[in-house]
Amino acid sequence: MTGLFSEVFLSALLFGAVTAAIPLLLAGLGEQISEKAGVLNIGIEGMMLAGAYLGFVGAFYSGSLWLGFLTGAAGGAAVALVMALLCVRIGLNQIVIGIALTLGLEGLTALLHHFQFSRSYPRLPAADATVIPLLSDIPVIGPAFFKHHLIVYLAVALVFGMGYIYRRTQLGLNLQAAGDKPAALDVAGIDVVRTRTIAVLTTGALAGLGGAYLANVGAGLFIPFITNGAGFLGIVLAMLARGRPIWVLFGALLFGVCLSLTTAMQVAGINIPTDIIQMLPFLAVMIMLVLFGRRASLPAALGIPYERGAR
Amino acid sequence: MSGFSSSSVAGRDIVALEGVTKRFPGIVANDSVDLSIRPGEVHVLLGENGAGKSTLIGMLSGLQQPDEGRILVDGKPTPITSPRHALALGIGTVFQHMMLVPTLTVAENLLLGGPWWQRPRTEELAARVAEITGTLGITVKLQAKVSELSLGEQQQVEILRAMLRNSRLLILDESTSMLTPKGIDELGALMRRLVEQGLAIVFITHKLKEAAAFGDRISVLKLGRKVGEIPPERFRALGEQEIVAEIVELMFGKQKDDPEAVERPVRTARAGAAPLLQVADLAVAPTDNAPGLSSISFDIRPGEILGIAGIDGNGQKQLAEALAGQRTATSGSVRLDGAAIETLSVGERRRRGLRYLTDDRLGEGTVGTFPVSINFFLKQVGAAPFWRNGVEQRAEIDKRATQLVREYDVRTPSLKTPVARLSGGNIQKVLLARELAEGAKVVIFNKPTYGLDLANTLASRQRIRDTAARGLAVLLISTDLEELLGMCDRIAVIANGALVGTVENVDDARTKVGRLMIGLAA
Repeated sequence: MTGLFSEVFLSALLFGAVTAAIPLLLAGLGEQISEKAGVLNIGIEGMMLAGAYLGFVGAFYSGSLWLGFLTGAAGGAAVALVMALLCVRIGLNQIVIGIALTLGLEGLTALLHHFQFSRSYPRLPAADATVIPLLSDIPVIGPAFFKHHLIVYLAVALVFGMGYIYRRTQLGLNLQAAGDKPAALDVAGIDVVRTRTIAVLTTGALAGLGGAYLANVGAGLFIPFITNGAGFLGIVLAMLARGRPIWVLFGALLFGVCLSLTTAMQVAGINIPTDIIQMLPFLAVMIMLVLFGRRASLPAALGIPYERGAR
Repeated sequence: MSGFSSSSVAGRDIVALEGVTKRFPGIVANDSVDLSIRPGEVHVLLGENGAGKSTLIGMLSGLQQPDEGRILVDGKPTPITSPRHALALGIGTVFQHMMLVPTLTVAENLLLGGPWWQRPRTEELAARVAEITGTLGITVKLQAKVSELSLGEQQQVEILRAMLRNSRLLILDESTSMLTPKGIDELGALMRRLVEQGLAIVFITHKLKEAAAFGDRISVLKLGRKVGEIPPERFRALGEQEIVAEIVELMFGKQKDDPEAVERPVRTARAGAAPLLQVADLAVAPTDNAPGLSSISFDIRPGEILGIAGIDGNGQKQLAEALAGQRTATSGSVRLDGAAIETLSVGERRRRGLRYLTDDRLGEGTVGTFPVSINFFLKQVGAAPFWRNGVEQRAEIDKRATQLVREYDVRTPSLKTPVARLSGGNIQKVLLARELAEGAKVVIFNKPTYGLDLANTLASRQRIRDTAARGLAVLLISTDLEELLGMCDRIAVIANGALVGTVENVDDARTKVGRLMIGLAA
């Protein structure tokens, strides 16, 4: 039992929690934008997978992690473009298209990976950590939170950036109006379809970035189905966060701890069947839904395509 | 075309409509409407539901485009392509349904629509709001969430928003429908102050008294057509009572070229016979979105048509549903052929001979995806001879359905066609065939010709007359006064869920019913 509470173990657990939380955070923040604007983006799992695959390929061939993040974000946005065309512009059912995109991308990325790498799973070199001076010297917390890749700090900064956009900018007002009362936005002279398209594309880019981080930094490689439900957890986070980015961060960290525990307990050799440990994150989802789900308030026009002057 | 516009009399018009027509599948919402809107005037658009007021507003505010005719802004033909375009032209609209985002504050709602890259200019807004509200004598809580405001306050916010955008023309669509009497007076005073500042206002209402009290110019719409206008000169010359009388004449008066003109009704009522339907003190509790009924009493004899007139939404549907058993009555008695039926179920009332033709033909009248044949027997599902031991008897159904299609002249490609694919007139025929089938004694028609074209309207009316001639008792609910005057033996007027008077359909019935409908004694 001593191993479980040692300093090294704890900081490794928390370090793993942050690493696991970042893709969820990016997916959750992305989903939040779409939902604010009234689009339920079930396809986010597919966008993450596209980001993970293209992000890995970009980093693998260029040797640059940053270029990998860029191709990953572009891949997610490309999938989102399909969603925007079908669901926002043409007004098809968002749930059906979202599921189709997720299933389609699961197959497509697995297939492309097989053509390219056959059965081998090449690894990327470990990501460079940006060590924050002074803070990283704090015992336990230092190595857990302040020795990450630069993109981790940027993702956390994005939380506050999104908060600012939602509460203090014209764009934030437009997004919220598009989700709560699109007709009011339309008569105010703002194009609802364009506003929602921007939101969906941003979602795709953030989800793709999350996928790229998951593959390039979290795992260091791409395997088919690598996201393993991270996009769906992002949807849960966005719904529970009630439009507040900071709650997405807290939720992502909580799920991150659960995911990290799964690995840590296996490493520590604790005698619990791995199947049960792997259930932890999803158990946490259910507990959170029971505790907070009833208070989750969703935009009034979520999931409803906008049609001007419909009668 | 440009020479035409410059020579037109509309030199002072901010906005003018010329021969504007708008069609929706199955209906002509606006039929060649002319309208001139001038600064310093409250132009009242008056008409009942379905008269085409809202469609007209949709076209002025850029939500819809006219199919024919044109809109002139400052004398130049200008297609209004989008809400943004309407705003740029100085046309601000306060819609019947509030167009504010409930989760945002008043200030945020007012800022909506600015360039997206900008920070909302809150200080600038506060200064401009203070300036405008000062001259208008209203107060607005900028930091309050819209969902916490009363409907009257929300409306003031919408008017304020139109003013902030430098509107020259303010359109108020049914703005008084959700206000308290005090709120309505305040709105009237506010409109007066706005036009004194040189604004043009289009005020849409179906309430005559508001039109007379707040207007400078009144245009009356009826079934999509403009049937008359009272210009300001006449408006000032007439007293309120005379204006009301003139509007009544315009709204309910007979059109000279009316193709639906009908001869006097054929009398088939059997004077001596005992009433088939007796309703006494029927009452229904009001719900959130529907008025209740109070002490409704009437009798209908065999062969008699009793009309129910009134402005739409005054309890007509509640009355029909309470009689049919679809709505629970809180008190009162309903007797069919002498037997009390008020406690019976919908199905049992139908079996005893009470039939109800709903106005909601596709919603509750038929199952749109079911074939025509099954829709004939929707209310007999499971009953012999069309079903035996729970199994559908296709041959029986088709045989009877073929007869009904022929008898009622239903134009359908086949018996298997989903009923929703038929036109409104043919769906109505399916309903007529079903409800008038064997065993009917009393038939309730709710707006039987609403939304139908002329041929089907006339056919439906003839069917209703035939029904009465067979010795059935008919209750005919309609918002079309012409229809009632052409068909009924007596006409009762419903207002706020109560019958305010019953008129024998003789020579002066038109005036009497018209006066009852707007709240004046007959």
